[in-house]
Amino acid sequence: MQPLTATLSAAAALKGRILDWIFQWRGPERGTIVLVQRRVFILPTRQGLLFGGVILLMLLGSVNYDLSLGFILSFLLGASGIQSMLHTFRNLANLRISAGRVTPVFAGETAEFHIRIANAARMPRYSVAVTRDRDTADYVDVPADGEAVATVPVPALRRGWLRPGRITLFTFFPVGLFRAWSYADLDMHCLVYPAPVNPGLPLPRLQAGDGKGGAQGLGQDEFAGLRPYRPGDSPRHVAWKAVARNDLLMTKQFAGRVAAELWLSWDQLPPELDSERRLEHLARWVLDADAEGLAYGLRLPGSVIPIDSGAAHRAECLRALALHETAADRP
Amino acid sequence: MKRLPTALNSHPLVSREIHWLTAAFLFAAAPHLLRMPLWISGLVAGIAAMRLLQLRLRFALPRKWLLALVAVAAAGGILLQYRTLFGRDAGVSMLVIMLALKLLETHTRRDGMLLGFLGCFLLVTNFLHSQTIPTALYMLICAWFLLATLIGLQYTGTWPGWRHQIQRAGVLMVQAVPLMAVLFLLFPRVQGPLWGLPQDAYAGLTGLSDNMSPGSLNNLILSYDVAFRAEFKDGRTPEAKDLYWRGPVLWDYDGRTWTAPRLTQSTEDLPAGGDLEYTVTLEPHNKRWLFALEFPGQKPPRAIATRDMQLLSFTPVRSRLRYEMTSAIGAAYGADDDRMVLARSLRLPADSNPRAAAFAAELRNRHREDRDLVSAVLTLFRNENFVYTLTPPLLGQHPVDEFLFDTRRGFCEHYASAFTVLMRAAGIPARVVTGYQGGEVNPVGGYILVRQADAHAWVEVWLENAGWVRVDPTAAVSPARVERGIASALPRSDPLPMFVRGDFAMLQRMRLTWDSITYSWNQWVLGYNPERQRRFLSHLGFSEAGWQTLSVVLVVFAGMAVLIGAGLALRDLRGVRRDPAKLAYDRFCRKLSRRGVPRGAAEGPRVFASRAARQRPDLAAAINDITTLYVGLRYAGDSGTAEALQQLERRIRAFKP
Repeated sequence: MQPLTATLSAAAALKGRILDWIFQWRGPERGTIVLVQRRVFILPTRQGLLFGGVILLMLLGSVNYDLSLGFILSFLLGASGIQSMLHTFRNLANLRISAGRVTPVFAGETAEFHIRIANAARMPRYSVAVTRDRDTADYVDVPADGEAVATVPVPALRRGWLRPGRITLFTFFPVGLFRAWSYADLDMHCLVYPAPVNPGLPLPRLQAGDGKGGAQGLGQDEFAGLRPYRPGDSPRHVAWKAVARNDLLMTKQFAGRVAAELWLSWDQLPPELDSERRLEHLARWVLDADAEGLAYGLRLPGSVIPIDSGAAHRAECLRALALHETAADRP
Repeated sequence: MKRLPTALNSHPLVSREIHWLTAAFLFAAAPHLLRMPLWISGLVAGIAAMRLLQLRLRFALPRKWLLALVAVAAAGGILLQYRTLFGRDAGVSMLVIMLALKLLETHTRRDGMLLGFLGCFLLVTNFLHSQTIPTALYMLICAWFLLATLIGLQYTGTWPGWRHQIQRAGVLMVQAVPLMAVLFLLFPRVQGPLWGLPQDAYAGLTGLSDNMSPGSLNNLILSYDVAFRAEFKDGRTPEAKDLYWRGPVLWDYDGRTWTAPRLTQSTEDLPAGGDLEYTVTLEPHNKRWLFALEFPGQKPPRAIATRDMQLLSFTPVRSRLRYEMTSAIGAAYGADDDRMVLARSLRLPADSNPRAAAFAAELRNRHREDRDLVSAVLTLFRNENFVYTLTPPLLGQHPVDEFLFDTRRGFCEHYASAFTVLMRAAGIPARVVTGYQGGEVNPVGGYILVRQADAHAWVEVWLENAGWVRVDPTAAVSPARVERGIASALPRSDPLPMFVRGDFAMLQRMRLTWDSITYSWNQWVLGYNPERQRRFLSHLGFSEAGWQTLSVVLVVFAGMAVLIGAGLALRDLRGVRRDPAKLAYDRFCRKLSRRGVPRGAAEGPRVFASRAARQRPDLAAAINDITTLYVGLRYAGDSGTAEALQQLERRIRAFKP
């Protein structure tokens, strides 16, 4: 068995190298990737082979019955099929691919990478597809001298930086007899926050002696308005009546708590939790504290984020949790 | 933006796509539907209508088992109708019905593409029936439509409209023409058929047959079909009276029907002095005869010449055949034919046509010389009340007797038959020759067009020291038939195909022009066979080249054609001509970027301007002016564009951050 395994792994390695060489896979690339002709590959689809078979059948019939026009028609359709290969190729060639917007997500959610596809040519491109998982693809039309944005969903499994990896752009247009494709490994990243524990532990007690009464933040909520739901908002604050009215998830906001402040600290968590678990609890606390409009700070081993509040602060805290003790591989 | 499976195959079709598929199918099948038995056409039209109705009303389509049942029932019907399932017509009917049924279970893109491909195949089957120019044009349009339909299946976003679809398909086909031409000319041609053809493959081909009885030529003469065309070298067209195109020679007579012998002796001994050179393009007639002017001085390739001067192809003529011929007009032959041969040309059935026999004996008594006897009968035809007509009365048990002595109205076959019977009864060897007489000179194309309507029958008698001599009794009755063609010889009341009479000069002219176009079409497009391909290649300098060389030639030329196609296709990849205002503005942005104020990728000009102005308050005025000018030019479509553009460019040149 041993030699067989060795041979198989050697064969796999060889296959990998051959594929690398053919497709010129070269790892993530920064900036804009232009799908130059060398990067566009093309092969007939199953339908293309079927079409070839039909043409062959037509030719055989033409020979047998001596149909000169049969020859002409077969050759015309066959040549159109071959010409469609060039049209499929040009539907993808020279597109300019670049990284678009990416919004951070929580672990367990799906990150959406936006891919910008720009077309400098004077002809529009139809049905250009972008896929990563090879099961589903996002089909976009790119207007002449214009741009389109395709979305690549990537499941975010772990906190930290998430890369989409190699994505495939392909097209069947115009006749579907050929599939042209190209690979793009864009240097783009999505920040994945730790998945907040649900339900989490209650927020730690407010620090004594912070000058404002601890009780002030509790109980006497003054309803201040609604804002759109953000992932991580506490379900307790979702305005369910508003949901029933117009199908939009809204979160209730409360005033009168800005004065309350608290420290969310690694050490406050029960010692039996491992570090990932701790980060998830802290993420829960950050969300809860933010939802309640509290001012809060974050203490992690090796880093401290001072007390503050607001969306930017929340993002900063979550980012610190996401990247805690990871090799921050984002260049 | 649309998330779809990577492979679009299982993607459901929308109504528009099914409309297109149905229409494309109906267009491709239309010529067949017009030819087919009514029940098949009705079934197919009904199925198509049902599919279209279903799109509107959304009722459930029949289940698979029901469709299978309909298919089996249709196959049974076809079996009853055609007595086979595998003949040409039966096969095509089956294909059309199957495609129609497939229409009922076409739901996904995969189904749609399959239907489109099979539609292409259906197009070719139309050529089994007709390969004329109108058919070719119609099929071209159908192919275009089919290709457009296939393209229509590929849109995933908003549909850009039918014009776009049609135009795409047209561009694709036009760009494919160079490769098509190369393949047509150079793709190795094999002489068919590759496998046995169905029984009815050549049904409906018209032409002379190997027998002749009263009335048998009439059908032929009512046909406007082309028999063959002949092009004379150096324009040396013989006179009309010499245009006897020899076909089947009929020896045996059973009292009513003349037949050609099954076996004939071949000969290499053809008349010398054939200096009339011409090329015959024979339409397929599914018989072996090759026609030539009397008398052929050579035999075409893959054919034999017989002792009675017929030219017989090795195989029945089933595709248009072109051959070079020489003829020696009026040559003598057969003077040394032996008694055995001559005996056969004296045979008459006993107890038939007794009055003719008696009359012949009487003539024999009066004229000792054979030649005298021949001219006596011709004189009789000329002087007595004989009428040349296409609508003679029906003849009974002794047709020659009744014709000679009672009805006296007949057509060339009556005259030829009666004359031969009289000759034989008088002891002069004689036989009936059928073929074509005359033809229409087409000044546009410079050739003679011979139609089935020119079919004719005449007689050959054997005279001592002279051999076989042609006698045309019809000419004695109606000299015009031979000199000016059939239309002028027949009474106006006789039915003849439209146009044969040539009453309207204008129409006549158009008809001749059209026929000469058809002739060229036949020669150069339909007649492009292995032989022609060899000749074409030798023109290119590849005579006697082996298949290796020819493959290289094919690959090289096909490669060149693909390159032309690639050039045409990739031309559209060129960039758009940039808006000069945009170019100037980009220069402006680069200047700012160099000074540490880069424009964000998603930042609009106004947003960028306000940010830049905040970062560089010293430049705020210039930045705002330039941005206002640019936005006006690019987005508001300001009037006085040229002036505004100049101003913008001037300001940007002067902009020194």
